[in-house]
Amino acid sequence: MKYIDEFRDPALARTLLARIAARATQPVRLMEFCGGHTHAILRYGLRSLLPETVDLRSGPGCPVCVTANADLDRAIALAQVPGLILTTFGDMIRVPGSRQSLQEAKAGGADVRIVYSTLDALRIARDNPARPVVFLGVGFETTAPTVAAAILQAEREGLGNFSVLSLHKLTPPATRAILDAGEVALHGIIGPGHVTTIVGSDAWEFLPGEYGVPVAIAGFEPVDILRAIADLVDMVETGRPAVANSYSRSVTGQGNRTALEVMDRVFEVGAADWRGLGLVPASGLAIRDEFAAMDAARLFAVEPGPTREHPGCLCGGVLRGTVAPPECPLFGRACTPARPVGPCMVSGEGACAAYYQYRQDAP
Amino acid sequence: MTQGVILLAHGSGGKLSHDLVEQLFLRHFTSPALLNLDDSAILEIQNPSPEGDLCKSRISVPHASGGQNARLAFTTDSYVVSPLFFPGGDIGKLAVCGTVNDLSMSGARPLWLSAGFIIEEGLPLADLERVAASMAATAEQAGVQIVTGDTKVVDRGSADRLFINTAGVGLLRPGVEIGGDRARPGDAVLLSGTIGDHGMTIMTHREGLRFDSPLASDCAPLNGLVAVLLAAVPGMVHCLRDPTRGGLATTLNELAGRSRAGIAIDETAVPVSEAVRAACELLGLDPLYVANEGKLVAIVAPEAAEAALAALRAHEYGRQAAIVGQVTGTHLGRVVLRTALGARRVVDMLTGEQLPRIC
Repeated sequence: MKYIDEFRDPALARTLLARIAARATQPVRLMEFCGGHTHAILRYGLRSLLPETVDLRSGPGCPVCVTANADLDRAIALAQVPGLILTTFGDMIRVPGSRQSLQEAKAGGADVRIVYSTLDALRIARDNPARPVVFLGVGFETTAPTVAAAILQAEREGLGNFSVLSLHKLTPPATRAILDAGEVALHGIIGPGHVTTIVGSDAWEFLPGEYGVPVAIAGFEPVDILRAIADLVDMVETGRPAVANSYSRSVTGQGNRTALEVMDRVFEVGAADWRGLGLVPASGLAIRDEFAAMDAARLFAVEPGPTREHPGCLCGGVLRGTVAPPECPLFGRACTPARPVGPCMVSGEGACAAYYQYRQDAP
Repeated sequence: MTQGVILLAHGSGGKLSHDLVEQLFLRHFTSPALLNLDDSAILEIQNPSPEGDLCKSRISVPHASGGQNARLAFTTDSYVVSPLFFPGGDIGKLAVCGTVNDLSMSGARPLWLSAGFIIEEGLPLADLERVAASMAATAEQAGVQIVTGDTKVVDRGSADRLFINTAGVGLLRPGVEIGGDRARPGDAVLLSGTIGDHGMTIMTHREGLRFDSPLASDCAPLNGLVAVLLAAVPGMVHCLRDPTRGGLATTLNELAGRSRAGIAIDETAVPVSEAVRAACELLGLDPLYVANEGKLVAIVAPEAAEAALAALRAHEYGRQAAIVGQVTGTHLGRVVLRTALGARRVVDMLTGEQLPRIC
């Protein structure tokens, strides 16, 4: 398959692994921001192929995982508004909230529908003009522009029954929050490839500039990730932190201006509540007043009840990079993908799900 | 298991489906033939007499006896696929193939099928006609007869257009001993062709996902393929399974668990078509977990591996067959994958639902 096979080439991967092994003379701790990277690293078994000096920590780059329980409870309460159709991307429905998951609410009679695109949500709104249709907007800068475009489309069409619960979050402020907290010493960051396609690699200049931490933007194939790790090890060894674009077939310095403009037209930046990080200033996207008629947060007054967290769940630490998934006492015992306790065990981008699904414990 | 409600994931063929069978049904249904949990129940009738208590004393599981008496394979399956018609097949073809294949995986020759139809009020008769014609053609191709049936019509909204149940009876070939618990370390793991074709076809054609792709379901009756395989390497085939819901990964995990053995497979050896790979990449799915309706996994004695492979490849439904791995005496009950880069990792059962209503 073109554009994929060359980035899974075993010979190229071995060359990069040899380069990393030769250069990584001292221990380096790198954080892969993206859950997509965590999954690729585990799926291809890269951890076991890297030298012991290279320590990889997963980060907060899983939109489903960083959604705070209070916000999830709000979405579940929304789904129970009589007549309302809640549309969502698939991963969200299995995440346990304080009392139940969207999946359980669905089995109990709530009309929750999985969609693959906001266009599907718009179609459902068109097909059900008498019912409110809410799209659960969970995602980073990659998803937010498509949701913004859907809101603009709904406005053009005069779709009065469509609205969005915006829980969108921004990735650079989260990275800053982790570095500011200083809980885990990081020598470099594997930057999110899809997010950076939108925001542009310039958006990460603050990492080397203000924190002295190099960042390498990576794609999601094994060769992409190994190339980013090799770039980071080089920068750590030479003491010259910078933003390396190891995903140049997709990422530019400026990013996708059109997407950013659409996002900015519909959303405004505000504080957001992150699981694991708490309230992070200027890290979320709320719907602007101009589009209040499509803001589900303003349209529906729901009372989700008090927020409860599972006392043993270490998802917060996993998302900050302070806890490796297998270090959680619940991992693989009380918490498995079939019966997840926390969101990191559910999502296709969740670190615990990756460590469990692709575990290497077999001899 | 009295708390909670049924979730869609309970029907996925993965972990929750297994839990449901083991923790709910098997507490109530305890027949030894059922407890084998193979694709078909194997029933042996000794000196049949209508007056005797056949149920209690004369039907036994095959492994205990010499195999002189007639051994029947009996199975049932329900089909709720949406859409009803898809490239490569339809719900009727699927309903015949699925039950023929379940019988075939026990080593039986499928003979007779039942067909039960649950029809939603308002279904166009032309659709039902098309489904019935497809079932008849598929049964003819497979050499089985549909010998009994039932029809129920339910109110609009009580079912989604058309559901079909088929049950099937087949006759076990003398001497054939195939079961999910018979894999032995050293055995070769064969796969009869590319994986993921059925699941990705349904996925890309169902409501809300409209993109062009040259995908077609692999839906096919596999009794002919099984016949040539068993004839080529008599006594050497230890396990047969068709990797339907939950895909190859789930089937291999079932076999590893039932046989208390490990299974190691090679990522680069598993055939996947370009179209399926591309569709899986786009949707973020792993072909190892995507359903098949015309493929089989055969675990055979190592000395028979090459002959078995040649027999599969000589048949129209096994052209792309491959040896994908072997049974091991380590990592018992687990499936391990060697990745293209040479690393090793566990391949788990499917959890959650990969695709709704694919079969």
